[in-house]
Amino acid sequence: MAMPTEFRIRVEDALKKDEVRTHFRKAMDTLMTNRRNQFPDEAELQRLRTQAQSIRANALSKLPELLEQLESNLVRNGVQVHWAETTDEANRIVLNILQQHNARSIIKGKSMVSEEMGLNHFLEQQGIEALESDLGEFIIQLDGETPSHIIMPAIHKNKEEIARLFNARFPHIPYTDDVDELTRNARAILRDKFYSAPVGLSGVNFAVAETGTLCLVENEGNGRMATTVPPVHIAVTGIEKVVEKLADIPPLFSILPRSATGQPVTTYFNMISGPRKPGEKDGPTEVHLVLLDNGRSTIYSDPELLATLRCIRCGACINHCPVYVRIGGHAYGTVYPGPIGTILEPQKEGLRVHGELVQASSLCGACGEVCPVRIPIPDIINRLRHDGVRQDGGSRTRDAGTRRKRLEAVTWRGWSWAASHPSLYHLGSRAATRLRKLMPQRLGAWTRVRTAPALAAQTLHERLKALGVDHE
Amino acid sequence: MTMQRPEAAYFFGTCLIDLFYPDAGVSAVQLLQREGVRVIFPPDQTCCGQPAWNSGYRDEARKVARTQLALFDKPLPIVIPSGSCAGMMKTHYPALFRGEPDEDRALDVAGRVYELTGFLVDVLDIRLQDLGAPVTVAVHTSCSARREMGVADKIESLLGQLARVTVHEQAYKTECCGFGGTFAVKEPEISAAMVADKTAHIRATGASCLVSQDCGCLMNIGGAFAFQQREQNQPVPAIRHIAEFLWERVNAGPAATGEA
Ligand code: SF4
Repeated sequence: MAMPTEFRIRVEDALKKDEVRTHFRKAMDTLMTNRRNQFPDEAELQRLRTQAQSIRANALSKLPELLEQLESNLVRNGVQVHWAETTDEANRIVLNILQQHNARSIIKGKSMVSEEMGLNHFLEQQGIEALESDLGEFIIQLDGETPSHIIMPAIHKNKEEIARLFNARFPHIPYTDDVDELTRNARAILRDKFYSAPVGLSGVNFAVAETGTLCLVENEGNGRMATTVPPVHIAVTGIEKVVEKLADIPPLFSILPRSATGQPVTTYFNMISGPRKPGEKDGPTEVHLVLLDNGRSTIYSDPELLATLRCIRCGACINHCPVYVRIGGHAYGTVYPGPIGTILEPQKEGLRVHGELVQASSLCGACGEVCPVRIPIPDIINRLRHDGVRQDGGSRTRDAGTRRKRLEAVTWRGWSWAASHPSLYHLGSRAATRLRKLMPQRLGAWTRVRTAPALAAQTLHERLKALGVDHE
Repeated sequence: MTMQRPEAAYFFGTCLIDLFYPDAGVSAVQLLQREGVRVIFPPDQTCCGQPAWNSGYRDEARKVARTQLALFDKPLPIVIPSGSCAGMMKTHYPALFRGEPDEDRALDVAGRVYELTGFLVDVLDIRLQDLGAPVTVAVHTSCSARREMGVADKIESLLGQLARVTVHEQAYKTECCGFGGTFAVKEPEISAAMVADKTAHIRATGASCLVSQDCGCLMNIGGAFAFQQREQNQPVPAIRHIAEFLWERVNAGPAATGEA
């Protein structure tokens, strides 16, 4: 037997932790119920999804033009725009800005793109402290972990764990496992940091080309603090986040929190349209936007895979995934877990490292059913499985063809040949049923929790023939 | 999507039913015949091609699918007792044959595909009379029947006509059972965790029988039930393909006794 892969080890590990699984199940149940309650009218939900899909698809259809327009409007608004092809470039751009300001620390609002960049780690190596201010991110940072969910990064932790963690890191604060109390404590710790940090960093949910506006959706107000209190604000985002016009925002903002946490709206919705203007009393004096590619252009160039970029990072696919709920986010070993990670990571990082993920789906379609922008996630998984084994050079997906295994390929070829030669196939299936007593009762992994399926005494073909069913 | 009540229909039996669950196929044919539909079973049918398609082997899948395309020339509906195989032919053949010389033929076939329960309810408007003893059942609708074929409520609507059948609803009803074709083999641990939960939820209902329109799910759930019975001496429900269950109820067969 082949060596278990790292993914397999992580999966087996995760499945052993019953407590964590129960916890995940409860958390996901709540999120699913909350979402359902937000969309009592099925027809209305489908209308909203179609609208959100077409807004995102429209933006992608004009992506190069919209990015140009976005840049020129941002520049006009006084925002400095930087383009990064790789995460390394993006990190260096951020570092450069920090160095210009002699900044030794930054305070961060939640940003999955910064996770993608590995920014915290990178800055640490440069001796710069990056402090997370989103409560969930703050918690996992305290524990040296990465997010296990794209919108609820600390969802894998229960409140007792968090209480113990706070107590260990901040022994001077009296122990509590009261959620409100814990939140208040974190808030107090962070408040000072906001006032002293020279630079704030955030992600972007939507970038409006028409007006050069950066929209940020959040619940805690830390996003607003990080983007308004420090004198310098750096926003980082993927190039796909652009939308054409301001009027595109309300429908997207209407469906995003409802799909994500099941909230009708978030507590904060920030629209950033440039640095502080003369005479204004607050806001940063400098605003930067880093636009990251990191494989997105390649995805963009394939009409079938392009839909991946419609994603608005709501996390609904993750909340509804029967695989995610059992293995949790860390088992994926990627920045983005769950169904969105399953389609995005192998494209971004290549099939060689993350191609295994596309097998970890039963193709049940729960993800595609809830996706607010109707990304056909199962179809993209299927396509990436094809890309993994194809040899025709017909795909630009990174590492296409590298997951082909000889034995598997030969097996499918043999199967294909037999199943396209009916008389032979039926000879074989008849023979199999005659020899059914010889069928092995142990079929590897299948029979670890199930009995082996029993072959029938006669095939359906034989039975229907005997019954005189029309065989024309 | 509803069509006129046809005088004849093609029947595609699926490879799983052919080898493992022929009773389900026979019952499905008999239900159709009982409705006055002349059933045509092209003998050269083998498999819809889905196993290779879902494994990424598109050329191999296409070759097998192409063999099936040739079998359904008349403009008749093609009835399939499986949401999964019906989903393959209806929703994936168009993609599989895109740009191929026989694309039109694939689209034509795809357009005539019906999953059995959808066909019985929507096209034939079948009327059933329950001749069986009181029985409790749980329903597992396959993900493909639910999401690809859009026939999620059809089994319940058929069972609703049976006076002495009580449906017990399990928790997490819409969740996948963990079969997923090659998924069960490629990701055995995750699949095992899924089927463990699925069987626990079904057993918790106390239903004496589980019905589904997909033999893949039944093979998975039923296999786990049989294992739990054998290894842990647990009482478990019987499993039945919906066609077989219905046929037994309207003919006072085994499922009708509640003994399933
Ligand atoms: S793929 Fe769809 S459901 Fe998943 S995070 Fe993106 S927008 Fe949300």
